[in-house]
Amino acid sequence: MDNESQYSGYSYKSSHSRSSRKHRDRRDRHRSKSRDSSSRGDKSVTIQTPGEPLLDAESTRGDDRDDNWGETTTVVTGTSEHSISNEDLTRVTKDLEESTPLECKRFVGPTLGGCLSFFALVTPLAFLILPQVLWRDALEPCGTPCEGLYVSLAFKLLVLLISSWALFLRPPRSTLPRFFVFRCLLMVLVFLFVASYWLFYGVRVLEPRERDYRGIVEYAASLVDALLFIQYLALVLLEVRHLQPAFCLKVVRSTDGASKFYNVGHLSIQRAAVWVLDRYYSDFPVYNPALLNLPKSILSKKMTGFKVYSLDENTTNNSTGQSRAMIAAAARRRDNSHNEFYYEEAEMDRRVRKRKARLVVAVEEAFTHIKRLHEEELASSPKHPREVMDPREAAQAIFAPMARAMQKYLRTTRQQAFHSMESILTHLQFCITHNMTPKAFLERYLSPGPTMQYQQQNGRGRQWTLVSEEPVTSALRQGLIFSLRRLDFSLVVTVTPLPFLRLGEEFIDPKSHKFVMRLQSETSV
Amino acid sequence: MSTYTPGQPVTAVVQRIEIHKLRQGDNLILGFSIGGGIDQDPGQNPFSGDKTDKGIYVTRITPGGPAHEAGLRMGDKIMQVNGWDMTMVTHDQARKTLTKKNEDTVRLLVTRKSLEDAVKNSMGSYPRQ
Repeated sequence: MDNESQYSGYSYKSSHSRSSRKHRDRRDRHRSKSRDSSSRGDKSVTIQTPGEPLLDAESTRGDDRDDNWGETTTVVTGTSEHSISNEDLTRVTKDLEESTPLECKRFVGPTLGGCLSFFALVTPLAFLILPQVLWRDALEPCGTPCEGLYVSLAFKLLVLLISSWALFLRPPRSTLPRFFVFRCLLMVLVFLFVASYWLFYGVRVLEPRERDYRGIVEYAASLVDALLFIQYLALVLLEVRHLQPAFCLKVVRSTDGASKFYNVGHLSIQRAAVWVLDRYYSDFPVYNPALLNLPKSILSKKMTGFKVYSLDENTTNNSTGQSRAMIAAAARRRDNSHNEFYYEEAEMDRRVRKRKARLVVAVEEAFTHIKRLHEEELASSPKHPREVMDPREAAQAIFAPMARAMQKYLRTTRQQAFHSMESILTHLQFCITHNMTPKAFLERYLSPGPTMQYQQQNGRGRQWTLVSEEPVTSALRQGLIFSLRRLDFSLVVTVTPLPFLRLGEEFIDPKSHKFVMRLQSETSV
Repeated sequence: MSTYTPGQPVTAVVQRIEIHKLRQGDNLILGFSIGGGIDQDPGQNPFSGDKTDKGIYVTRITPGGPAHEAGLRMGDKIMQVNGWDMTMVTHDQARKTLTKKNEDTVRLLVTRKSLEDAVKNSMGSYPRQ
């Protein structure tokens, strides 16, 4: 937001497009009234750095951001806000929601699992060490067989350790609303196992001070074997079972109908929800609230036909019959709103294509202004004292000529909320550094990318609500419908089983491919 | 043209046409062209009502030739030639039967749609055996 006091006669506005005027008018109402609002003239652009970060791209936002950076010229002093609008308020509350303190609930499960597995891993060693410590003199010496067992024990423990690290030591990616049934089952199993081993050990070995050390070592080895099997069970239940596809999920976004089909295996509803959300962030085009509705001009015409007022005080049957007739007549009157919609769409397409053409040309031209400096040229540079720039400066240098075309294009495609000037500059710098062509630079703006592209990396995570009529730990089955709700849109998921495939076989002898000509001869006799 | 049911005798209203071959040099010509046959593609036949009919059809008549004078018309289906059946023959067999060098005349039994219609109209019901 620009500081008004710096408007010393260098600010200009262009009012080429109707939409930019609309934006500006809405903003002007919120800003202080001293803004100069009608001067048109030469447009010159300087680079200014706005101070607002890119928000969570999924929350709705008003068009209250200052995206006039392509057209207005100001001298930058700092950023200040003179007034706070309704949109600003909602934005602030959303910020607050996203920046809730890190929930401890997220780490309870993994910590519990970690403690349990640590306990389980340490137990065999404890079984071995305790007799040595407590009654070493009374133990029967056991030579080679024990040492063999020590070796096997050590390697099995090593394998357990490595596979636990590989499979389970990962940062949790989601918190589920109910318990994750399989994981709980496994933790309970491990706990019971280790507890019962300890019980037996305590009663039969520690109490009577068992002297057969070899038996104890074998007992510890059997515990490690059992732990390995439990880990195999965990691998199958948690990682492998859901790999074979069994259901087809149709995911539809409620606001604009973007839909995708996914194949999943046997999962519970909550796990399937996490699976779908993983795919949502990289497959679905980003939710753009500005693209939703038909323009009011088209819809409003339909509404006016139905206003029937009866100002008579004594309403008889006759008049109600008459009003009904009028409503029916109004409905039958030829409704041309589809016509208007069609032409409006065509006009919109034309406008977008025109702006896109201008943008592409501007970017191509801009990219021709710089070139990469190679090492040899640097050595021979004394005769050309050209200014050597780093990528950031180069990006800023070539940004100016394309800025206006870019801004107009983003406005026409309603994407201006997703790309701030800073982000465009960063992207440009990135493209220059990696020798990308103008087309590669524009790829990001010409089509709406997946939501992942617009995400900020913060550790708070995204809040989704799973709405379902069945308990969320029940397994997927045919005809199940659940939805994942966010603040302003939701994803509706329908489950259908994949069809059973009966595959038959037909053998074709390679020599059996024979052909004849179609005969249609005519003979004169 | 009557539709053919396999195993049942074919019934049709036919016209007897006798063509006297014309000598042209070394050849005896009849003055028409045939198409069709059991080894040909019946779908290409423009004259047949039933596109699975593999019979022999007259596809062209030389105007002024012997066939034309005898009353043969384009689109006729030839059922018999001199007593030899023409409904289930190959194209080449039909040609050979028609162009036997030792015969001067051929007696054809031909059928066409207009014959059947005429009989139907005049008699009211088609006499079947």
